Amino acid sequence: MSFTVEFVSPEALLYSGQATQVVCRTRGGGDIAFLTGHEPFIGSLQPCEVRVTEESGEVQRFAVRGGFVSVAGATTTVLSDAAIAAGDIDVSAAASARDAAAAAVSADADDRFAKEDLQWAEILLSVSGASTVA
Amino acid sequence: MPGGAERVLRRRIGAVKNTKKITRAMELIAATRVARAQQRARAARPYAEQLTGVIENLAAAGADVDHPLLRQAESVERVAFVVCAGDRGLAGAYNASVIRSAEREIQALRAEGGDYRLIAVGKKVTDYFRFRGFEIDSTFAGFTDNPTYDDARNVARRVRELFDSGEVDQVELLYTEFVSMGTQRAVVRRFLPLESTEVMAAQGGGDAEALAGFSFEPSPEGVLEDLLPRYVEARLFAALLDAAASEHASRQRAMKAATDNAEDLIVKLAREMNRARQASITTEIMEIVGGAEALGSGKDKDLPTELVLSEPNA
Repeated sequence: MSFTVEFVSPEALLYSGQATQVVCRTRGGGDIAFLTGHEPFIGSLQPCEVRVTEESGEVQRFAVRGGFVSVAGATTTVLSDAAIAAGDIDVSAAASARDAAAAAVSADADDRFAKEDLQWAEILLSVSGASTVA
Repeated sequence: MPGGAERVLRRRIGAVKNTKKITRAMELIAATRVARAQQRARAARPYAEQLTGVIENLAAAGADVDHPLLRQAESVERVAFVVCAGDRGLAGAYNASVIRSAEREIQALRAEGGDYRLIAVGKKVTDYFRFRGFEIDSTFAGFTDNPTYDDARNVARRVRELFDSGEVDQVELLYTEFVSMGTQRAVVRRFLPLESTEVMAAQGGGDAEALAGFSFEPSPEGVLEDLLPRYVEARLFAALLDAAASEHASRQRAMKAATDNAEDLIVKLAREMNRARQASITTEIMEIVGGAEALGSGKDKDLPTELVLSEPNA
C-alpha cells in the first residue's frame, strides 16, 4: 500500500511520487512519520530533513526550510517555499554559507537570522553529505 | 536640384525599415516571454491553492489568532503603497496606467490628511516618483520581467517591517492584473491587514475539500501563525507574476502597433519617393524638350522629323 507524495513550492512542483513512508519534523512535535492511511493532519514544519521512502524501497531526501505538511486522504503534501532535493544541493555553497553564518553568530550571539542561516546550512550539508555516503 | 528629395526619402525609408526590424524583433521576444510568464503563473498556482486549502481547514477548525498581520487599525491614517510596474518602457501604457492610479491614490490619501509610504517595484516607478519629488520609502528593481519567489520575499519583508512596526495602518498593492492576452487591468488591492481566515477561505476558491477532523501540530493557532507570513509572500509573488505577464503582453501589443505603423509609413514614403522621382523625370524631359525646341526654332522650322514625338504641338 502506498500513497501519493507531493512537494509543492511556489515556483514549481518539486517532486511527485508514490511512497510508503514520509518522515519529517513538525514544530514542537518532533519527528513524525506518515504511513498509508494516516488521519487527516496539518503540521507546521521546522527546518529539517524530509525522507520519502518510495515503493521500491529507495529513500529520497529533501532539505526543507520550514513549511507545512498536510495529509488528506491518500495524498501527503509538503508545502515549502524553500525545499531542495539532496541531489540538487550545492555543497560548497552550503559550506561557505555555514562558515559565514557561524562567523556572524560568534560575532553577535543574538543574531536570530544568522542562527537560522547556520541551522539551515547544517541541514543542507547533512542531507547532501549523507546521500553521498549512502 | 533634381533627385535631392528622392535621396532624402530613400534614406528615411531605410531608417524606418531598420526601426521596423527592431520593433518586430521585440514583438516576437515579448510574445515568447508572455507564454513563459503565464507558464510560471500556472506553476505557482498549486502552492497558492494548497495554502488556501490549509487556511480553509484552519477556518473549519475555528482557528483565529490575534496575529499582527490581522490587526485592523481603528482609523487608517498612514498607508503604504506597493506599486508594481516595469523596469523598462516601450510597453505602451503599461507603466503609465499603474503609476497614474498610484498617484491618484496618494493624492486622495493626502487630501484626507493621511500620510503615505511608497514602495516602488520597477525602475520606471522609482524614476517617475523621484522626478516628481515624492518621498520613496524603498525601491526594488531588476526583476520585474521575471520575478522569483526570493524577490517577492524581499519585498514582503519590507512591507511587513512597515506594517508590523505600526508605521503604517494599511498596505495597498497596485499592479496590473493579467486577465487575458488582450486584456490587462491596473488594479488596487488591499494587501494588509489580511482578512479573517473565514473570508480568506471564502475568497480563495481552493479545492474546498475542507473536511473536519484534521489534527494540527503544534496547534491550529500555531499553524496559522506560521502560515500567514507565507500567505503574504505567496500573494505578492502571484501579483508580481501577473504583472510580469501583463508587461510582456503590453509590450507585444505596443511593438505590434509600432511594426504596423512602420509598414504604413514605408508604403507612404515609398509613394512619395516615386512621385518625387517621377517629378524629376518629368522635369528633365521638359528641359530636354524645351532645349530642343529652342534649338529647333533657331535653325530650320521645316526639318528634323526625329523630334516630332517630343513635340506633340508642333
